[in-house]
Amino acid sequence: MVHSVTARRRWVAAIGFLSVSALALSGCAQSQRDSGGGGQQGGTLTFGAAGAPKLFDPFYATDGETFRVARQMYEGLVGFKPGTAEVEPALATKYEPSSDGKTWTFTLRENVKFHDGSAFNAEAVCFNFERWYNQKGAGQSDAVSQYWLDNFGGFKDTPDKPSLYKSCTAKDAKTAVIELNEVTSQFPSVLGFTSFSISSPDALKKYDADNVQAAGDAFTYPAYANEHPTGTGPFKFSKYDKANNTVELVRNDDYHGTKAKLDKIVFKIIPDETARKQALKAGDIDGYDLPNAADWAGLKTDGFNVAIRPAFNVFYLGINQKNNPKLADLKVRQALMYAINREQLIKSQLPEGAKVATQFMPDTVNGYNKSIPEVKYDVEKAKSLLAEAGATDLTLKAYWPSEVTRPYMPSPKDLWGAIAGDLQKAGIKLDVVTKPWNGGYLTDVDNGIPDLFLLGWTGDNGTAHNWVGTFFGRTDNRFNTGASAWGASLASDLAKANSEPNEGNRTKLYEEVNKKIMEQYLPAIPISHSPPALVFKSDIKGVVPSPLTDERFGSASKG
Amino acid sequence: MLRYTIRRLIQLVGVVLVLSLLLFAWLRLLPGGPVSALLGDRSTPEKAAELTKQLGLDQPIFVQYFKFLGRAATGDFGTSTGVQPGDSALDIFLQRFPATIELSFFAIVIAIAVGVPLGYLAAKRRGGWFDNLSVIGSLIGVAVPVFFLAYLLKDVASSALGLPSSGRQDAIDATRVTGFFTLDGIITGEWDATFNALEHLILPAIALATIPFAVIFRITRAAVLDVLDEDFVRTAESKGLTAPVIRRRHVLRNAMLPVVTTIGLQTGALLSGAVLTEKVFSFAGVGEALAIGFERRDYPVLLLLIIMAAIVYVVVNLLVDLSYALIDPRIRTR
Repeated sequence: MVHSVTARRRWVAAIGFLSVSALALSGCAQSQRDSGGGGQQGGTLTFGAAGAPKLFDPFYATDGETFRVARQMYEGLVGFKPGTAEVEPALATKYEPSSDGKTWTFTLRENVKFHDGSAFNAEAVCFNFERWYNQKGAGQSDAVSQYWLDNFGGFKDTPDKPSLYKSCTAKDAKTAVIELNEVTSQFPSVLGFTSFSISSPDALKKYDADNVQAAGDAFTYPAYANEHPTGTGPFKFSKYDKANNTVELVRNDDYHGTKAKLDKIVFKIIPDETARKQALKAGDIDGYDLPNAADWAGLKTDGFNVAIRPAFNVFYLGINQKNNPKLADLKVRQALMYAINREQLIKSQLPEGAKVATQFMPDTVNGYNKSIPEVKYDVEKAKSLLAEAGATDLTLKAYWPSEVTRPYMPSPKDLWGAIAGDLQKAGIKLDVVTKPWNGGYLTDVDNGIPDLFLLGWTGDNGTAHNWVGTFFGRTDNRFNTGASAWGASLASDLAKANSEPNEGNRTKLYEEVNKKIMEQYLPAIPISHSPPALVFKSDIKGVVPSPLTDERFGSASKG
Repeated sequence: MLRYTIRRLIQLVGVVLVLSLLLFAWLRLLPGGPVSALLGDRSTPEKAAELTKQLGLDQPIFVQYFKFLGRAATGDFGTSTGVQPGDSALDIFLQRFPATIELSFFAIVIAIAVGVPLGYLAAKRRGGWFDNLSVIGSLIGVAVPVFFLAYLLKDVASSALGLPSSGRQDAIDATRVTGFFTLDGIITGEWDATFNALEHLILPAIALATIPFAVIFRITRAAVLDVLDEDFVRTAESKGLTAPVIRRRHVLRNAMLPVVTTIGLQTGALLSGAVLTEKVFSFAGVGEALAIGFERRDYPVLLLLIIMAAIVYVVVNLLVDLSYALIDPRIRTR
């Protein structure tokens, strides 16, 4: 009996010791966590990132997580006015086109230094352009130099794929002249893309920046891209702690403009969306991107600042006529548009501030046609159009993506539920397939397997070509417009508008194309423009939400 | 003993080869692939087709498999397309393996430290309130899905105790030596780093420990009950031996064999629990990489990590078998 009492005491003591140790440990650690710096000047901003950055060389970047980190360290010749898609000078103080629109003279900012101390000048600008144009081997892959290929076309040694870029001349230290092979509406705003940021030539050479290699199923990048990104921006690269999943940038004290208030930015990679929300609530991070629209109200109630971006995107119901000849009939595609109650969908499924899309671009883009009327929901009209087309027995293979949230599509499942319900009310039968975004969804859409699919787009800049040009500028697109006779004329109309040097005329041409797209072609059904958001703790100030997701933390402060 | 060990090691190589072929084929037959992960939203049918060709993903599976084997023989297990794009799969494994080991170690220590004593106590108090309560508790432990408990811990415990809910460590200046963050802090004398890492380990380790705890508890309780009924325990008691001596020499020692087997199996099975726990807590281990790799169809990372997991499982089982001999002299003499 005496023994068992002793034994019990020992157990109790052991359990008590463990509990006390755990509590002491958490208390000790808690005190460490509370002792971080703050105040208007200095401090660390910890931002929850949804994925690992692919690399730090913006030229080879293709994904948002990489761009987010890179744009804190780099600047381009031009940039975008905070909170808008409007181009403004950045490393160039001004720029002027020649009368034919093919030669652009950039006057450069003086007394600017790269993070490695070398000087920024016209030679450095031309070095960067030549570097981009002279990519070889794996550097020419779409998965590597995607932004160059999409916006400038080919490379020096790809004569079959001509390039928009012709040459760059350093007239003097502060004047760079860039010649183009043709006129495009994209220039110079395309130079505001993070991909076309200016790097230090010294660092590019020293760290073998162009040495991209195809390796098995993927690509490997050189030291410049992994460890030595060198720009002119307000923050410098410090380290990427892969074991701890954090990327750290520190303030550039030699920055030519208003110096950053923060000492450091830490990007903490938290792939799970719920985990990011939890980390914000627990105080582990100061903010994160794309909070689920369903959480906005709750986050605001909890005292967080939900920073809403202008709705610079379009969500659409894609149509591919490849497998179903009935879809080639305009009346059938119009029936789809009348069948979807877009106003109701926006009220019930999308965040406040979302609008019905009357065309494939938001109204802030030059070329938006105000005279295109909003097509109102009319299920009877949809049914009669189907009857006129002899398609009352229409059955369509429809895809929606699982496991994904996009800025234009906060909850694909709910959005699809509403759309499918509407289509069925109009008598359209659906053969529904859902697949993970990278687990077959995009692949099948690219291969033209679905008749209908949900997709969208967030603009890179304010030019119309970045929208309708991207969607329908080629005939071998996701909508398979080449299958219809109008596909080629649509592509040619878009090319004509893009190469019009006079801005006023160009705007008119795009307005006309938009009208034709909606009234004569209707290659897909535009549904909505909806505002995505970022969320921050209330003590983070100065981050301006950008329609282009081009938020710069140089203006941010903590405390 | 040596022959037995060698035979088991040969088995291991066979298991790995067959597994790698099956996995390789299965991954390639899954819908989707790395092309959409590499090209993203801006993919077009033409770009996708070109990249598929460029990466050799249009070749027959066997051709791709033999190319993989050829590269693997030189230590090149491929490059990540989704988890940490551009990094070699082997680097990702080496970076993340210590995290999973560290988490699993703490989880199994918690499971043993709580499960064995509680199992013993419950058996000693058979039928009493303590026994009933712990049996119910262990049933709940087995029944509750790991991810649910993990979310619950994150939501409730993390805000109540102010414990971090994600990551392995805050972004502090810590020197990395072994990749085991708690150990690195001790080696370098950066105690803050160790405490910080421990703090990050508490909630995921508790979540991960739940199922092994419940299983260890139940096996210990059952094994102790069996031993307590044995004649030699009654003999020991009647000889007047003290309770600690009976417990140590007679009860625990004899009850430990099934318990050790269970601990071994649970340790091997921890990885499957770690996938969910690490994902919920964004704990940068192998489990999280597997979860992300699957979402993004990162073939090289998935292939290497699953093979490594299988190797760990088989090796742990081998160690368990070998440890029998140490615990039970009868096995040693066979």
